[in-house]
Amino acid sequence: MAFFSPFRGGVHPDSFKELSATLPIMRLPIPPQLFVPLRQHAGSDAVAIVEPGSHVLKGQLIARAGNGLSAPVHAPTSGIVAAITPVTAAHPSGMKSNAIIIKPDRKDTPVKVPTLLDPFKLPRDELAQKIADAGIVGMGGASFPAAVKLSSAIDRHVETIVINGSECEPYLTADDRLMTERAEKIILGARLIRHVVGAQKIAIAIEDNKPNAISAMQKAAVGEQQLEIVVVPTRYPMGSAKQMIKAVTGHEVPAGGRSSDVGVLMHNVATAYAIAEALAESKPLTSRIVTVSGGAIVRPQNVEALIGTPARYLIEFCGGTVNTPTRLLLGGPMMGHVVQSLDVPLIKGVAGILALTDHEITNPQASPCIRCGRCVSACPMGLVPLEMANRSKHGDFDGANDYGLSDCILCGSCAYVCPSHIPLVHYFQYAKGHLNSQTAQSKRMQYTRQLAETRQERIDKAAAAKAAAKAAKANRRKRSPAKTEKSPQGES
Amino acid sequence: MISAPHAHDHSSVNRVMLHVCLALIPCTAYSIYLFGYAALNLFCLTILSSVLWESLCLKLRGVPQTQLHDHSALLTGWLLALTLPPWAPYWIAIGGSFIAIVIGKQLYGGLGQNLFNPAMLARVALLISFPVQMTTWPLASADWTMFNFIEGMQITAGLYAVPDSVTGATALGHLKTELSAGGHAVHILQNDFSALAGFLGNLPGSLGETSALLILLGGCWLLLMRIISWHIPLSMLITVAVLAAIFHAIEPARYAPPSFHLLTGGLMLGAFFIATDLVTSPSSKGGQLVFGTGCGATVFVIRTWGNFPEGVAFAVLFMNALTPLIDLYLRPRIYGRTRKGTPAKTSYTSKTDTE
Amino acid sequence: MIGAILLLTLMGLILGTALGYAAKAFHVEGNPLVEEVSQMMPGTQCGQCGFAGCTPAAEAIVNGDAEVTCCPPGGTSLAASLAKKLGIDIKLDSLQEGVVFAHINSALCTGCTRCYKVCPTDAIVGANKQIHMVINAACTSCRRCVEACPENCIDMLPEQATLDTWYWPKPKAA
Repeated sequence: MAFFSPFRGGVHPDSFKELSATLPIMRLPIPPQLFVPLRQHAGSDAVAIVEPGSHVLKGQLIARAGNGLSAPVHAPTSGIVAAITPVTAAHPSGMKSNAIIIKPDRKDTPVKVPTLLDPFKLPRDELAQKIADAGIVGMGGASFPAAVKLSSAIDRHVETIVINGSECEPYLTADDRLMTERAEKIILGARLIRHVVGAQKIAIAIEDNKPNAISAMQKAAVGEQQLEIVVVPTRYPMGSAKQMIKAVTGHEVPAGGRSSDVGVLMHNVATAYAIAEALAESKPLTSRIVTVSGGAIVRPQNVEALIGTPARYLIEFCGGTVNTPTRLLLGGPMMGHVVQSLDVPLIKGVAGILALTDHEITNPQASPCIRCGRCVSACPMGLVPLEMANRSKHGDFDGANDYGLSDCILCGSCAYVCPSHIPLVHYFQYAKGHLNSQTAQSKRMQYTRQLAETRQERIDKAAAAKAAAKAAKANRRKRSPAKTEKSPQGES
Repeated sequence: MISAPHAHDHSSVNRVMLHVCLALIPCTAYSIYLFGYAALNLFCLTILSSVLWESLCLKLRGVPQTQLHDHSALLTGWLLALTLPPWAPYWIAIGGSFIAIVIGKQLYGGLGQNLFNPAMLARVALLISFPVQMTTWPLASADWTMFNFIEGMQITAGLYAVPDSVTGATALGHLKTELSAGGHAVHILQNDFSALAGFLGNLPGSLGETSALLILLGGCWLLLMRIISWHIPLSMLITVAVLAAIFHAIEPARYAPPSFHLLTGGLMLGAFFIATDLVTSPSSKGGQLVFGTGCGATVFVIRTWGNFPEGVAFAVLFMNALTPLIDLYLRPRIYGRTRKGTPAKTSYTSKTDTE
Repeated sequence: MIGAILLLTLMGLILGTALGYAAKAFHVEGNPLVEEVSQMMPGTQCGQCGFAGCTPAAEAIVNGDAEVTCCPPGGTSLAASLAKKLGIDIKLDSLQEGVVFAHINSALCTGCTRCYKVCPTDAIVGANKQIHMVINAACTSCRRCVEACPENCIDMLPEQATLDTWYWPKPKAA
């Protein structure tokens, strides 16, 4: 336990990183079929621009970005588009969403790449556009389109680029291996991000439990100006943007604000790597490094796999599973979610596929809260989880908000330490979802109210016009015998 | 549908309770050794009846009996037993555990719902209702061999008249009596009190009032296992010590020194085992400091100026009543917000902005 | 004794006067709440609540003759804001969740236009002799179209959750 505390609260879960941390990244062969989802990012679905039956090349744009917040999708390899149909989404609901199914031709023929120019000599907005066109999203889990983050940072005087190499989730070592094996390209990516947003400094933060990654990155950073490898203590949730910014810069992002409010733009190391590939080599984001691990996996390791590879294929590549895994997760054990089916495809934001055994998970029956306050001590945001959960449970969502529900980052530290095994995060997910749906509902009501008013106006107008016409007709008829009576007010 | 996190630190309510019981073993064993079979009987009887009351309540409430496995009733019974006079009759044990478990805990809605510390509620109710039985303390010099097993049973059954020669007042009670008779605190203590005896535990009192050393040992174990945090015990002990030191310095004739306050009565037990009760103490660290300080101050006030020689139980109950209020007002500061909850102004100033 | 009687009498006098004054000084004509609540209602006058329109319903809600949950188009969000406004405690999570939308069975629709004429929010599109369609975003689930349809081809179907609208269900009680 460090005396210096980089942020409040937090926990120290068993890391289990040794399962895969020392093994080199293996490249996965092209699977027999790829399921490339149209939604791999925060925002709206990408729109497919290929038809079933058409032939696509590696790196070819197959779905353009949708309206509003979105990101495009590219073909991970060359082959035939077999279908565009709903498949199980990488989502906790287990619902299906549309994906482009590609039958690879195993030739891996790439699209023609335009002549490469030195990206440092290109205008910034052109670079940002290139990043958007490459379909790059945050690869640490949030999957926020990277270009949107960059463009908003351009106007906001960002001073420091923080590259997040903390990888604080247990089991996951994808970033660790990436930093160890491909440090130069990450640093190139970081420099490109700095160049695009016009920032001064780069801080690459790595938790102190990754000595290999630290030394590789330090070696690659020799001679770089204004670039620092920051070794941060190992503590979950170090990788959360707010906690990391506090640990690296000492500033707190104001509630409701953004990282740029404290002059920071943060990207994951894998995102920086993808940006370097996109700008320096014109390669769109079509593959990523993913940790396949857990007690039920025969050979846990990191695999560089094409986007759209089914989880089943990845696990088989790692020797399959011992017995039946009790729980199958996408992402880490602290914030990842359960998937019911092995058919779920790999998407851009998934850093790990875990198959856990009975010993690795504890989920006995929840017992009553004993108000021990461990969750309060563990919360890195300074919230009171026990009160938030209690209020959510009884439908008092405003009360839950009063104790900080809206500030909750869903990191799971509270539920991790809860001796009563109360599903605290589940309560917060539920309460947040409920509040969001309520907001959506009241927005819709405003919309329908407006529609109703417009309709009423139209009907009134039509009625008035009708009445006026009737009156005019009557007037014409009456004109000769009597004097005109004006304004048929009574009928409107 | 199972939500994240899928990892856990393997703690459980049952483990928390068992750790506390474990920490209580040294001082309990020593006290039983001091006070003999009768104390052992009372101890077992209190725990047994607590568990039975709990079981009955669970049955009436329609809660599965498996909830007994959380061992909270065991702990409540144990703590209650430690605060009773060792030679108290059986009905004190059974009635006390009824008050603790049924009235103090289950009527509120069971584990986690009670406002007051059940063991302390029972002790105070007994003390007020049966002052004679609750203030008959055996001398600590009485040892294991004083009464045989049969006599011990008879004491607990209330059939054996314990001779006055082997009972006496607690150190706190003695001081109070002598002071009100016009004695001088320093002299009284010089004659009748040894700090070493208080520390080791050779003083009359309840099972849990004897050895400050062994309780401290248990408390350290709890701190080490992170079952409790240092905030409540430390603030409570420091408050008592500081207040005692101040008043002792002002008028030594009327006020006992800090060493006397710290080593006598139930203060140590209260600070490490009673006030730290998870359910009835505040959940935030700041709140716990306030709670501990409040307990300490109340203990000192009651001991010094109150009617009762000892005030730990009253102090804890009093602060229990304030816990919801403390929890409401002393919340941690939320990241990115001021203490009031409004978004914080950032300490960051952009270089480009200031230029 | 006499002192106490005098004191109590005096207190009664003072407080009574103060109350009487307050009643006059802060007298409010009509109930402004009704106007405010009526502004919060959907305004589609659908009548599902059993009142003639949104304003009469607002009146009933304010007077306590109707529940804050009586308005189906408003749903839980309206119920919550009404409860807050009127200081009523309701258990929101016990309310029936799940919005229903009108759905036209295209196999049976004859394109008679009767449904879209009665729709208070113009949520039904179509033309004479053309199959009609419901725009979910504009549907308030008032069921007027169901009553108007001569072919009985309109059903109220629950909203299908999408990846955007799905959220975690309430955890099972501990």
